[in-house]
Amino acid sequence: MSRWTPFEWIAATRFLREGRMQTLFIIGGIAIGVGVIVFMSAMLAGLEINFIKRVLTSQPHIQILPPDQIARPLRGGQRVFEDAVVQRPSQRILSIDQWAKIRQELLAMPEIRTVSPTMAGSALAVRGDASRSISLSGVEPETYFDIVRVPDYIVDGQARLASDDIVIGVELARNLGASVGDKLNVSVASGAARALTVTGLIDLGNKGANQRTAFVALRTAQSLLGMIGGVTTLDLSIADIYVADTIARQIQASNDVEADSWIATNAQFFTAMQAQKSTNTLIRVFVGMSVTFGIAAVLVVSVIQRSKEIGILRAMGASRGQIMRVFLLQGGLLGFVGSLFGSALGAAALIYWHAVARQADGTELFPLIMERQLFIITAAGATLTGLVAAMAPALSAAKLDPVVAIRG
Amino acid sequence: MVEDVIRLEKVGKAYNLGLPNETEVLRDIDMNVARGEFVAIMGPSGSGKSTLLNIIGLLDRPTAGRLFINGADTSALDEAAITRLRGHVIGFVFQYHHLITAFTARENVMMPMLVNEGFPNAAMEQRANELLDRVGLRKVAHHLASNMSGGQQQRVAVARALAMNPDLVLADEPTGNLDTTSADGVFDLLRQVNRRTGTSLVMVTHNMELARRCDRIVEVVDGRIAG
Repeated sequence: MSRWTPFEWIAATRFLREGRMQTLFIIGGIAIGVGVIVFMSAMLAGLEINFIKRVLTSQPHIQILPPDQIARPLRGGQRVFEDAVVQRPSQRILSIDQWAKIRQELLAMPEIRTVSPTMAGSALAVRGDASRSISLSGVEPETYFDIVRVPDYIVDGQARLASDDIVIGVELARNLGASVGDKLNVSVASGAARALTVTGLIDLGNKGANQRTAFVALRTAQSLLGMIGGVTTLDLSIADIYVADTIARQIQASNDVEADSWIATNAQFFTAMQAQKSTNTLIRVFVGMSVTFGIAAVLVVSVIQRSKEIGILRAMGASRGQIMRVFLLQGGLLGFVGSLFGSALGAAALIYWHAVARQADGTELFPLIMERQLFIITAAGATLTGLVAAMAPALSAAKLDPVVAIRG
Repeated sequence: MVEDVIRLEKVGKAYNLGLPNETEVLRDIDMNVARGEFVAIMGPSGSGKSTLLNIIGLLDRPTAGRLFINGADTSALDEAAITRLRGHVIGFVFQYHHLITAFTARENVMMPMLVNEGFPNAAMEQRANELLDRVGLRKVAHHLASNMSGGQQQRVAVARALAMNPDLVLADEPTGNLDTTSADGVFDLLRQVNRRTGTSLVMVTHNMELARRCDRIVEVVDGRIAG
């Protein structure tokens, strides 16, 4: 017995050690519960991070578009409409009005990192007998590549965009029979056409995107689409991706533009993530409850088994508080030790699952993230759970009448 | 004048007080134990001997009368004060040894000191060793209580009862479960403790022979003191 360990601690640890089987089984039960929680939480966090990483390296955080064109009903006098049916006008491709000025203003906002002007439109890529419709994006490489990591997706050639260069998706290249260095004829509906050289092939991980995507220099797209000096979108990257919604609203409020945040355009993903999270919370609650009941059950039995010893301790001058703390401590200790084994179990399961579960393309399904915080919170939570579970048995132990306890 | 360690005035104990099934276990008990006295309580089963002992030991509270310990009335004391008194003034030896099996012999002897002081220290260990020496069990100091014979356990229980240097040791049939040799050994030990340290002893027993060797016999019959 060390000089620094109080009576309660000594008694609690001895009682647990003496009740070997009970202690081992309940610790096993707690460990499994904690392991499930650690595994689920870490995997979900990993999946989320992985998805966000994918989304945010392939699309801007905020995209600024010209406002929709609206047809206004003709009005006669006050509240008199000339036409009952108003047809929605066709949405011509329009440039963002005063985009250079808006860009300057946006760059002045501290939350915004990059603003990249883009000219997008549809075109036809022709090579020999083959022709395919493409979605043409004219970009400023130095800023755009900061938002969408085109160079990361290059599978052949390089992400170089001089005025006569074009970077296309791998599927498009296969359909046209083109490879790096070949020339493509790109034409648009107005009849304008240019011959461009393929400098790079990209794989965006999505067949549809790989069939259509084509990047050219901003000026090339502007001249092809007949909008010299114009841009159809401004693509933004921001410092804190989770406030994209707020910033988008701010921009929309102070300019005559439409601003879409990645959160709004990926609403489905967030709904799914939210569902996952509430499922996880539910699992945590139920696992926590079953652990609580398990610990309580073991301690209730222990109090009954030890009622004589409790009576003896009370006869020796042990206070109700001391007896209560002995049993509370046992609950806390069970929870804590169980959470240590559970964390090890959860970590092992994570490592195994990380090695086994792969995406279709062989890359990891989720990054292996084991934050210290998760383990600390879990251990603290389990200890607290143990204390709560021990409350009722500890109270009943403290209330034991020493006479009855000794006689029993 | 030598003050009585224990004085009972018209002490009574009834269960289910005021209910139709009220049972009176003790009635009008007047009794005192002087300092250094060795008293035996005898009586048939169910006569209320153990209840009387529990009341004296502050494990149970009387429903009538008053109990004085070292001259102080205990009826006005609260739970905390009773607990303190129980820890410091009284030592118990029970019929079924009642050692705590998760601890060694020495730790069991240390237990009253540990419970009362909160933290272990070297002095406690030394005192436990001395007490084990006195009951002749120093060599099994490291054995778990569950690995000792009945006689050994009861001796450890005696050593434990003495740990806090109490004014009074209460023994509830300490020899009831032991063979004659062990019983004699434990009784001799109690007698010796009583003579050497001047500790008062109250022992409930069925054994007439042992009772005769005490200073005084109090006989309880049907909840009253006979004779």
